[in-house]
Amino acid sequence: MTAVIDKPVREPRWWQAPPRPTWEEEPSKAGLAGKGLALTLACLAILFPLWIVVVTSLSSRKTIDEVGGLVMVPKGITFIAYKELLSGGQVTRAAIVSILVTLIGTAFSMTVSVLCAYGLSRPGSLAHRWILMILLATMFFSAGLIPTYLLVQTLGLTDSYLALILPSAVSVFNILVLRGFFTGISQELVDSARIDGAGDFRILWQIIMPLSRAVIAVITLFYAVGYWSAWFNASLYLNDQDMMPLQNVMIQLVQKQEAPVGLGQAIKTGQLSGLAVQMAVMVMALLPVAVLSPFVQRHFKKGMLTGAVKG
Amino acid sequence: MSHSTVPRSRAEAKKKSPTQTPAASGGTTGPGDQKASGKLSLRLRFRRDRVLLLMTLPVVLLVLVFNYIPILGNVIAFQEYDPYISDNGVISILNSPFVGLENFQRIFEDSAFWNAVQNTLILFFLQLVLFFPIPILVALLINSVVRPRVRAVAQAVLYLPHFFSWVLVIAVFQQLFGGAGVLSQLLRENGYDGINIMTNPDTFPLLITAQSVWKDAGWGIIVFLAALASVSPDLYEAAAMDGAGRWRRMWHVTLPALRPVIALLLVLRVGDALTVGFEQILLQRDAVGPGAGEVLDTFVWWNGVRNQDFSYAAAAGLVKGVISLGLVLAANKVAHLMGEQGVYKK
Repeated sequence: MTAVIDKPVREPRWWQAPPRPTWEEEPSKAGLAGKGLALTLACLAILFPLWIVVVTSLSSRKTIDEVGGLVMVPKGITFIAYKELLSGGQVTRAAIVSILVTLIGTAFSMTVSVLCAYGLSRPGSLAHRWILMILLATMFFSAGLIPTYLLVQTLGLTDSYLALILPSAVSVFNILVLRGFFTGISQELVDSARIDGAGDFRILWQIIMPLSRAVIAVITLFYAVGYWSAWFNASLYLNDQDMMPLQNVMIQLVQKQEAPVGLGQAIKTGQLSGLAVQMAVMVMALLPVAVLSPFVQRHFKKGMLTGAVKG
Repeated sequence: MSHSTVPRSRAEAKKKSPTQTPAASGGTTGPGDQKASGKLSLRLRFRRDRVLLLMTLPVVLLVLVFNYIPILGNVIAFQEYDPYISDNGVISILNSPFVGLENFQRIFEDSAFWNAVQNTLILFFLQLVLFFPIPILVALLINSVVRPRVRAVAQAVLYLPHFFSWVLVIAVFQQLFGGAGVLSQLLRENGYDGINIMTNPDTFPLLITAQSVWKDAGWGIIVFLAALASVSPDLYEAAAMDGAGRWRRMWHVTLPALRPVIALLLVLRVGDALTVGFEQILLQRDAVGPGAGEVLDTFVWWNGVRNQDFSYAAAAGLVKGVISLGLVLAANKVAHLMGEQGVYKK
């Protein structure tokens, strides 16, 4: 056979549709327009409220008063609300608390979850079915709010940041997803490492973990978002207002419309808009999540499905 | 740590595990092999797997402490629990008098409880009808988008609110629909009175559902997208060859492919019927009042955490827990009868 020189096939640009299979009919103009409209509306329903929040948080008091409330079209940008909130005081402290609880909690949750997932992922190991059953059963019942509340009190965790981490440190679902991934890694690889003298910790660290970066990224995000978003345990177990994380402070500021401690004067005397302050706190709460989650997005499907259903 | 339980030297154990198993099963399989493990005594298996067991220990301990031990605490539902006896809950429980089923009797005579039951069921059915189908439709829409960039961007936007906290979602809704929100602002500019949907008890179930849709409908499409991606293109081609158009292909190929997933999710949802967004509703309970804003979970919270009537609240929680467990098991049974997989296998 003679070599056939292919005409260079140009990759479709992003706005162009990739070639359709021959049996598929071309979509109608109306159908395409309808689809585009539906998709745009769905995305706008999510993005438009966020746009208002961000723009208002960056607006000066003058602009906000002119518009009579929330600002939709930016007119000059000022960071005064953020500057005031982050120059020490209630919100600064709350943000630091939230960041620390999230970092430490996520590190702890990931450590114990990865260890457990690996410990349960080796076929035929002693008692792994039993342990799996113990974990799985918790997905079917909950002990109830009141007994858990009394337990945390009895353990002396009230007014301690441990109460924000320990009771919710483990998600059985996350462990199952990790385990599903780990069991999928070829046994030969693990065995050859073992013959070379590697112990379980080393196998986990040098073979399993590097091969599972995607799922580890997803589960880390899940845990981190959980800690970052949590407010209920803090409201239950912390009595000291100065210890509250960002979400709880946001409840006070936005839902109960209170001025942040220390900024009441600045808002009354008019340099600062109370509304912009509220919005700035909301932006602080959504920014880390909005920035991080798209990076992990392409792994979601993998992370959500492998192992979770396999059980 | 295990020296006392296994009376062998460490060196021997080390020598044992790598040499023994390859010999036992032909040299290609490792110590974790199923065949090999069947031949080993319990003690040897323990020695071999103790590191693995050690690794699971932290999680097992956390789960036992925070998921299993509290189950015992439900005993206070049958007591007149007095939290002031001691800071230690165990001592308080041991010294509180038993009252039999008195707490449960009180619950079933409490109109506030039945109101909470009613609100819970209303919210459950509303979410089932209005929320459940939306991710399926959105998934079909996204699945029909062939341009990869458009698809990725749309997915990124749709997934985003899932990662927001309920506090934030409700704050956003307040800026849109609250007394000082965008909607009221627009109405006032056009000469109408402003309205505050956030505090209106009549529309509260719809508000809750709308918030759930905004937050989680996008995230819900993931499972359906995966199911759609696993449909073999040959099926579509064969259907097209047989003259099936776009819509008939969707009816005869796409939807049957989604059926197991839909069944599974329905089962899960029904099993979880009595849980209707605890944090979300608790955050807004005071704004609309308990008449519309009390569900079973917040009823437990209000009586236990706020009124410190622990026994009463624990009894209500226990009623909910037992019914929920029954619902999960029943829903699985139905799934099995329908020939679907359910949450656990038969």
